[in-house]
Amino acid sequence: MKLTLALAQISTALGDVESNLEKHLEYIARAKAQKADLIVFPELSLTGYVLQDLVASVAHKPTEEDPIFKPLLEASQNLDIMVGFVDEDARHRFYIASAYLSDGRVLHVHHKVYLPTYGLFDEGRFFAWGDSIRAFDTRFGRVGMLICEDFWHASPPYLLWLDGADILLFSSASPGRGLTDREKLDSARWVERVTRAYASMFTSFVAHCNRVGFEDGLLFWGGATVNDPNGELLAQGPYFEEALTVAELDLNQLRRTRARLPLLRDERTALVQKELNRILANSSRG
Amino acid sequence: MQIDLTINTSVARQILTAFIKSEVTRAGFSRAVVGLSGGIDSALSCMLAVEALGKENVLAVRMPYRTSSPDSLEHAGLLIEQLEIPSKTIEITDMVEPLFALDPTISRLRKGNIMARQRMIVLYDQSEVFKGLVIGTSNKTEILLGYSTQYGDSASAINPIGDLYKTQVRQLARALGIPAPILEKPPSADLWEGQTDEGELGFTYEQVDKLLFLLVDHRYSPEECIEVGFDEKFVKAVIRRVQRSQYKRMLPPIAKLSNRTIGYDFLYLRDWGT
Repeated sequence: MKLTLALAQISTALGDVESNLEKHLEYIARAKAQKADLIVFPELSLTGYVLQDLVASVAHKPTEEDPIFKPLLEASQNLDIMVGFVDEDARHRFYIASAYLSDGRVLHVHHKVYLPTYGLFDEGRFFAWGDSIRAFDTRFGRVGMLICEDFWHASPPYLLWLDGADILLFSSASPGRGLTDREKLDSARWVERVTRAYASMFTSFVAHCNRVGFEDGLLFWGGATVNDPNGELLAQGPYFEEALTVAELDLNQLRRTRARLPLLRDERTALVQKELNRILANSSRG
Repeated sequence: MQIDLTINTSVARQILTAFIKSEVTRAGFSRAVVGLSGGIDSALSCMLAVEALGKENVLAVRMPYRTSSPDSLEHAGLLIEQLEIPSKTIEITDMVEPLFALDPTISRLRKGNIMARQRMIVLYDQSEVFKGLVIGTSNKTEILLGYSTQYGDSASAINPIGDLYKTQVRQLARALGIPAPILEKPPSADLWEGQTDEGELGFTYEQVDKLLFLLVDHRYSPEECIEVGFDEKFVKAVIRRVQRSQYKRMLPPIAKLSNRTIGYDFLYLRDWGT
């Protein structure tokens, strides 16, 4: 089975959801023209990233009644769509979220579970912490979504793997930083290293879509990637500029890789659970 | 130990020109104004602005004072010729001397500050005439050391070179082909005859950039800097300078009275809505 994946590394207008929606619909049309099955947008692709006090005014609910999600759901009739947005729950908590839309329905919403609040990041000040990590079924098999800092912790991708995900969809708004004499910024090297490692260790497809464009002095570096279950890079978008990167994923590669390298078969989850229980019971170890 | 501040100049060039283009455009402008001193910092900012916006969209303004070194004017002229950009020369002597004359005891420092602020006034006025944003020319070293006149040379709409240490400015300027006389001369604010940055600061940019790179970029403690070979007095003096000039890097604090106060809990980026 083949999956044609489109990674839309777009720039967004800060706090202007309507104009960002227009851009989403343009990229969706382009992806459809290239016969893509699934298009992935970056973290907070409908809103922009450094929202601060804009959070409440850009929140939307992923429902058919919502004026932003209605056209996106309509567009998901023959192309699955993953978008980034601010989700507001019934009790008015705001989350950094990704929604997976397919055939006019919302298949899954992920709330970012790790909110970086240090250095140049201040997410914990403005957003609520998500509290679940779930894989879900799609027409291409079981999928898991994570957002940026989520995959800097080993446990969320690990849990998705155990929950059955064979395709991991990561989205980011990663500010470029760490200019040295190398051709790549430190932040690009770091992210490329970890996303590729997950593909190898979990013998799964790992796609990553990072946004581009400036917000004040922060430049998001783009460079969307998709790695196959052997940890081989299938495609990569350019740095710093908007692009739609299309790659064909041969999903049969999962079977071939796992026949060679049965890491999933051999994973000792009961051992993990036993040791985790022991470690957490003895939590004074920190 | 090896402390390496080398940067990839083509990546720096790509990011900084994109920054100027994005931020000038989003503010609703297409043009820029740069005060050219004849030194390397303003030359670099100017060149990046020209790459970002096009040569017809950048106005270079030279603002000499009676005692300014003739080299300054000439070196700025070299760059204007090389870049083929529109330029103006507006002498500030007649603007500042009446103020100097009010107090015969006026110090060199006060005169220098007045000149720096007068240049800011001229530049912002030309910004309105040319309909261009003022591009900043302060580098990371001088911002951290507070080696500038507040609301004078530190004033700008956007600053493309504020995250480059002086030695990195030199590296990028060389890569971009800035005229050799500008690259080679000793850095100076040229506020009085014979003034040089390194003479006034008491250390070289090579030395202080390495120290700041460890302290700021790599989060070394003062003790760790001394351990790797920096002189203790030098380390302490530099840290004190950085600490004491923190006010120059911030907007004036506002005393909080209401439930929502600018600077504390009224938080939006400048790019809000764009």
